[in-house]
Amino acid sequence: MNGVALRADLALIAAQVPAGARVLDVGCGDGTLMAALRRSRGVDARGLELDPANVAAAMAQGLAVVQGDADRDLADYPDDSFDIAILSQTLQTTHRPDRVIGELLRIAPRAFVSFPNFAHWRVRWSLMWNGRMPVTSELPVSWYATPNIHHLTVRDFSGFADERGLAIEGSWFLAGGRPIGAAGANWRAEQAVFGLRRA
Amino acid sequence: MLASLATLTPPRATPSPRAMATTAHPHNRQQIVLPAPLPLDCGAVLDGVVVAYEAYGALNAVRDNAVLLCHALTMDQYVASPHPVTGKPGWWDRVVGPGLTIDTDRYFVICANVLGSCMGSTGPASADPGTGKPYAMRFPVVTIADMVRAQMALLDMLGIDRLHAVVGGSMGGMQALALAAHYPARVDRALIIASAARHSAQNIAFHEVGRQAIMADPAWHGGDYAARGAVPSKGLSVARMAAHITYLSEAGLTEKFGRRLQDRDVKTFGFDADFQIESYLRHQGISFVDRFDANSYLYITRAMDYFDLAEPHGGRLAEAFRGSPVKFALISFDSDWLYPTAESRRIVQALHAAGAQASFVELSSPFGHDAFLLDSPELWQLISGFVEAER
Repeated sequence: MNGVALRADLALIAAQVPAGARVLDVGCGDGTLMAALRRSRGVDARGLELDPANVAAAMAQGLAVVQGDADRDLADYPDDSFDIAILSQTLQTTHRPDRVIGELLRIAPRAFVSFPNFAHWRVRWSLMWNGRMPVTSELPVSWYATPNIHHLTVRDFSGFADERGLAIEGSWFLAGGRPIGAAGANWRAEQAVFGLRRA
Repeated sequence: MLASLATLTPPRATPSPRAMATTAHPHNRQQIVLPAPLPLDCGAVLDGVVVAYEAYGALNAVRDNAVLLCHALTMDQYVASPHPVTGKPGWWDRVVGPGLTIDTDRYFVICANVLGSCMGSTGPASADPGTGKPYAMRFPVVTIADMVRAQMALLDMLGIDRLHAVVGGSMGGMQALALAAHYPARVDRALIIASAARHSAQNIAFHEVGRQAIMADPAWHGGDYAARGAVPSKGLSVARMAAHITYLSEAGLTEKFGRRLQDRDVKTFGFDADFQIESYLRHQGISFVDRFDANSYLYITRAMDYFDLAEPHGGRLAEAFRGSPVKFALISFDSDWLYPTAESRRIVQALHAAGAQASFVELSSPFGHDAFLLDSPELWQLISGFVEAER
């Protein structure tokens, strides 16, 4: 990506985005992924972001980012207005993750979703041996201050996709910032990335 | 026309053949007479329309660095130069200038007095070429689109086919929106600050209070006060006082004035300006009369009331921007109840539906609608980021 190191899950997603696609990045932060996609693949990227300081930073790079809330403002986008919708590290912070995913696949036929895996062995260890909510590199904030309000696991997500009849086009797993295989992902993966297609 | 304008450089432009340069100033201060009659939305056609404008910086050789600033209701073209009547600094002189947010070392910045105003452009105080007397209420009702049409005619005369950006706050934002909607091929970016795509019932209501105050003043004389040697200063003052409240916020008023008394320790049990807020508003009203024409106030508020970009599209705002190549950015302020965030969001929603590129952010400020004119590094950073970013 032009020498710019993307966060591992973003790099995985970026590699899946075809050149020239219309992409909506939900929870785009300061627009790092959008800028990389625009630069390397001529992608027409738009963003939605909650934090005004991040929106300002993205706007200053010439990116089209709207301040808004995934739970509320995705309704503003027409059906099929994008080729791909991306939701990175945001799903677990939304009030209704199920509805947000429904919106993503209304706005675009394909979506990429990344999230921290709550069934990672470190998390299990913390709960099992300490009986406390885990604070790990992927979940660095204590229970009372974390923005993560809907923790989920790799197995939860694939179960949800099955339940809703969503096709999983691909899945990628990360541990220590590096890709790992799918075997035992539900306890080995710190992060998961899923590619979904509208059923 | 184009050849003569190729030499347009600061500090003074080479006047076009039709342009009449006024007295010497350190920057481009000009009045141009439009070469063709200006058709208006109401069906009337205005002959000999004068457009007064200020320009800062230099138009580059390829003529692609022009930024049009559109001013608000009672503002004018004196963006970064002292006001000729009040002597006060320009309304955005901390924003527009060499090395500033809108950098006049890079951009050729133009701001024109709107059609219907009273700072050099044709308006109700101008002489009707037919009679030689002021138009007064015989001036046709103009619209935001008419104001934009006059500015496009100015750009034609300056040889500017395509603007790098159009930027406006409040009524200026309405012009920026209208320009982008009606002339999408003539502008790359549109920045709309603290504005709306329509005037709400509440907006119209406040304007109507102001207009009624002016028309209730016996000195208004049906608009012909100039011929009678009168000025409806009381009516215009009250109009300004009412409007000024809408530019502020309750929190801002409380912080600035609270219930504090003006130059006294006890209430007078009378109707003098006991409270600081009363004294402040009276001052705002009185000083406004010195620099603004009452009939212009009627006409410009009317233009704003008539503004609704969705109206010609059966209420579907998205249709006004369908397929637009323009890059839009909208900024609102959380304490602005005159043009609240919801109005900006409505525009963003329409831009999404139209497939146009849109950015939007709501800034936090206690100062209400006026926040866009106040010192705000946060706002300025957004403006420079958006204006300077490559497409």
